[in-house]
Amino acid sequence: MSATWLRELLRRPAGAFGAAVLVLLVLCALVSLVWTPQDPFATDPFHRWQGPTAAHPFGTDGTGRDILSYVFAGTRTTVLVAVLSAAVAAVVGVVLAALGALGPRRLREPLAVLIDVLIAFPVLLIAIMLSAVLGPSLGVVVIATGIGFGVNIARVSRGEIRRVARTGYVLAARAAGLGPVRTLTDHVLPNTAPVLIVQLSLSAAVAVLAEAGLSFLGYGAPPSTPSWGRLLNDLQDYVTLYPLTVIWPGLAITVTVLAFNLFGDALREATDPRLVRSRSERTR
Amino acid sequence: MLRFLATRVALLLLGLLVAAVLIFAVLRVLPGDVAQVVGGTQASAAQVARIRSELGLDRPVVLQFLDWIGGVARLDLGRSLVTGSPVAAELGQKLEVTLPLAGLSLLFGLGLGLPLGVLSAVLHRRAGGFLIAAAAQLLAAVPVVFAGVLLILLLGSWLHLLPVQGFPLDGWRQPGRAFASLILPALTIGVVEGAVVLRFTRSATLEALGQDHVRAAAARGMTLNRALVVHGLPGVLLSVVSVIGLEIAALLVGAVVVEQLFQLPGVGRMLVADVGNRDLVKVQSELLVLTGLILVVGAVVDVVHRLVDPREREAA
Repeated sequence: MSATWLRELLRRPAGAFGAAVLVLLVLCALVSLVWTPQDPFATDPFHRWQGPTAAHPFGTDGTGRDILSYVFAGTRTTVLVAVLSAAVAAVVGVVLAALGALGPRRLREPLAVLIDVLIAFPVLLIAIMLSAVLGPSLGVVVIATGIGFGVNIARVSRGEIRRVARTGYVLAARAAGLGPVRTLTDHVLPNTAPVLIVQLSLSAAVAVLAEAGLSFLGYGAPPSTPSWGRLLNDLQDYVTLYPLTVIWPGLAITVTVLAFNLFGDALREATDPRLVRSRSERTR
Repeated sequence: MLRFLATRVALLLLGLLVAAVLIFAVLRVLPGDVAQVVGGTQASAAQVARIRSELGLDRPVVLQFLDWIGGVARLDLGRSLVTGSPVAAELGQKLEVTLPLAGLSLLFGLGLGLPLGVLSAVLHRRAGGFLIAAAAQLLAAVPVVFAGVLLILLLGSWLHLLPVQGFPLDGWRQPGRAFASLILPALTIGVVEGAVVLRFTRSATLEALGQDHVRAAAARGMTLNRALVVHGLPGVLLSVVSVIGLEIAALLVGAVVVEQLFQLPGVGRMLVADVGNRDLVKVQSELLVLTGLILVVGAVVDVVHRLVDPREREAA
């Protein structure tokens, strides 16, 4: 974990693009807390379904809301969902992976089977199941993505954790008397971080897509929360009449997911010396 | 092989059991009082009590679970809490829409992803190959709803080629119309999932191009492209088989969204409606059938992959 991989990452066009979009998103989300071009919820019956104008660059929707302001305000929901989902996925994934790699021997085999079974559960079905009981909310999206993708992280990082746990410096730390949990947090996790961060970036992408899908089905954010997914849902009924309006929330989601994916891919290349080498061999 | 088959079937049964336990635990145990959830906040105490006895909620949880699973094994999925009609019959009817939709989506996804994936690998480091790969990267980021909306705009309304929404009321008795109304929805899922297949095929083909036996064939005088077709692609195709199992889950989830967007009377739309009605008996059976489909297809793909791919057999 040093500046070298950051430089490697930003040197790649995909990584630089991904990082730039993500920084921009966070900035928009922060700014939207104190300022948006117009009130994103203000309706205006005299200016419904406007095309792009100077006052409304993205046009207005069926209630006269300014789409630009709404999309702008929606960034904070997206950023929140992405960050929280990735955090839950990280906790679920690391706990399952650490137990599966280093936990009591009796637990390892059943855990491996359980992870294999849980991977078959798509995030969206988990979310639908939870919202049948808990009602629609962003929390359901976060928990569903966190569990659904956390299992993926567990499978990917289990081997990596086991590998690091067998290295000399970790064994030395154990021999010097460090407890198992401290060893995990101080030595094993920092050295599996590159693998984990890549997965977290991908899980954020999944979360943003899941939020869009769930809000479309009516299980996502409540109406008081600006959400790209629900805006897309509100506008798609009128797509043949006012096609230009639908483009904006759809584009916002696409660019965000693309940024997370590219960022994750570039990060994987930047932090994995084996990948860098195999590529140069291939092009030879 | 027999041993592999036995462990795979055991794993499948275990998977189905775990799925059933999880679904039951979340829908029946997690909410505390299920009768209250089903009845809603407006329900009177008498209504809640009636629902409780109808569902057998006053009996031990384990018995309730065994009842449900026993019924499922006899293809009896219970009765709707709202209409009282049997769930299995309705589900069978909805599967007549969802299964063809998923199958057609898979066809579109493979039809787009396989050839373009190989092409983009062959054109590696040329403008064409880069463009295809970039388009796939972009498409993989498009939410299914947005892809559907764009396709409606492009094909449905501008060109007036295909029906945009709905499904014939008498279903497959009008095969032509029924099929036509599945094309746009299937294309929507197929384009998004095809991007995933494309990226996988591309990296598998790139790997094949660098493999010793393909390079050796090229060194003996074959053109590299011919060497790839003869010696490289069989391996690539077999690797793609293994991702189909994972793709099925994505196809069915895509179907839930797409059925809503295109107003198709399939399992996904049924599930969404039943969640809205808090019809937990139907929801739990629908979720079990969907996850069961994913698990069964995954197992079948694993077995087929093992049968056709010599590398898998040698690895064991």
